[in-house]
Amino acid sequence: MRKNGQHMIIWLVLAFLYLPILILTFYSFTSSTMIGSVREFSVENYITLFTEPALRAMMFGTLSLAVVVALISVLLGSAGAIGAFYSKKGVQRTVEFFNEVPVVNADVVTGFSICIFMIVLLHMDKDTYIPLVIAQTALCTPFVYLSVMPRLKQMDNSLYEAALDLGCTPAQALRRVVIPQIRPGIVSGFMTAITLSLDDYFIATYTKPATFDTISTYVVNATRGAQTSIKTALWALSAVMFVIVVAVVMAANMKRAGTGEEDLRI
Amino acid sequence: MSRYRFDRKQLVLPYLIYLILFVVMPLLVVLYYGFTDDQGHISFTNFASFFTNSKMMGTLVYSLVIAVMVTVICLLLAYPVAYILAKGEYARKHSFLMVFVLPMWINFTLRITALKEILTLLEGNLAFHPFMNTVICMVYDFLPFMIMPLFNSLTKLDKSMIEAGYDLGADFPKVLTKVILPLSVPGIISGVTMVFLPAMTNYVVLDMVYNSTYIMGSLIGSYFSSYDWNNGSLISAILLMFIGFLTIITDKIVSKEEGEEVRI
Repeated sequence: MRKNGQHMIIWLVLAFLYLPILILTFYSFTSSTMIGSVREFSVENYITLFTEPALRAMMFGTLSLAVVVALISVLLGSAGAIGAFYSKKGVQRTVEFFNEVPVVNADVVTGFSICIFMIVLLHMDKDTYIPLVIAQTALCTPFVYLSVMPRLKQMDNSLYEAALDLGCTPAQALRRVVIPQIRPGIVSGFMTAITLSLDDYFIATYTKPATFDTISTYVVNATRGAQTSIKTALWALSAVMFVIVVAVVMAANMKRAGTGEEDLRI
Repeated sequence: MSRYRFDRKQLVLPYLIYLILFVVMPLLVVLYYGFTDDQGHISFTNFASFFTNSKMMGTLVYSLVIAVMVTVICLLLAYPVAYILAKGEYARKHSFLMVFVLPMWINFTLRITALKEILTLLEGNLAFHPFMNTVICMVYDFLPFMIMPLFNSLTKLDKSMIEAGYDLGADFPKVLTKVILPLSVPGIISGVTMVFLPAMTNYVVLDMVYNSTYIMGSLIGSYFSSYDWNNGSLISAILLMFIGFLTIITDKIVSKEEGEEVRI
């Protein structure tokens, strides 16, 4: 392929991916209610975003849920990966097979099935948030498992043996030797869990309390007719989220540049 | 000595129990609800009527058409990008892939809101082109998920294979079809599976661009709103069987490809 052609493809696809969000970011700083009509500069949207009680509750709820779900997922998934790694082939295969189910399954089906099981069959109350947390954890933990397992496989096992020979108990060796070696996998698993939870619409819809909203369910409801001020405040939210993601990715990249390249996975 | 002894193998237990309780059990319950009637008797009438009902078949066909369109467009856009990033002009700029993957981490409903505003500006009214808008929004949403596996598979590709192709007198189209494409089949397959299924089921995209036609996922959504657990489960069960079937086929192709690689 020719040089210019390559540059053109790259920049065209980048424009497709970024122009909408950049244009929306630009208009979020104006008082216009639809893009294309330029009005004066205004931070009204940002004021609404951070003062309107419904929006604040939605953002706080989404973030808290993501953190809780990601923490549980990291504990379950990391421990599960370590345990499976040292278990018999049969146990490991079983865990791996079940682990793959939420990964390949459609989110609609995952959400609906947990709703049927916990809410319809077991009559669990949605308002306890338990079905929601359990269901999102079922979605996120497999990805933690998948990011920790390769680290275990790359690990130098003789270090663990050496720690035991030098008088460590298995629990100490695990904490002092194994966990530090798989830490990058745990960290990227945590980040994946956070973003999956923040992005989720379907699992939340089927398991959330009726009055609770995540970003996704809120935005979808807002498209079915909301006040204009709410609509444009969501533009501000897009801009804020865009800036946060760019900052996190840049920070992670700088850190990675310091420690050498590593494989990318979702 | 009856003292409890820690063994690292035991760490797998909480997760294994979790998986059985909250992944396997719900799916079994869905299968049960899907193949029983309101009285709890085993029944295949719902299942049979799905495949004889023309409305349902229409939904299935519409989902498949959307999924095929979205997957093909994603593949056509993502392949050149992944190739250029992995082997072309941008191969040495390693962090450039990040730029293409980054949008994936912004909430998808917010991203579609952004694209929707642009489409409204261009088209005047979204309602004029519901199908086209759905496809554009899905491509926009899923493109990073296609670029990623393609990139991973293309970076692993040995560059000397491509050079050998040129040395033996092949031109670029020939090297592409005889060397690069066959060696990146696993990446293509995992990219396709990451896009195809969401495109059949993600009905939120359709809702957001005011496309009122149903896809498979919309059926589950509407049965959920009308508390029709049996029919909702039936659709889930049908999707599950479809997913299982898809996974078996793709696993076969990928393991066959890997088997061939070993022989070389």
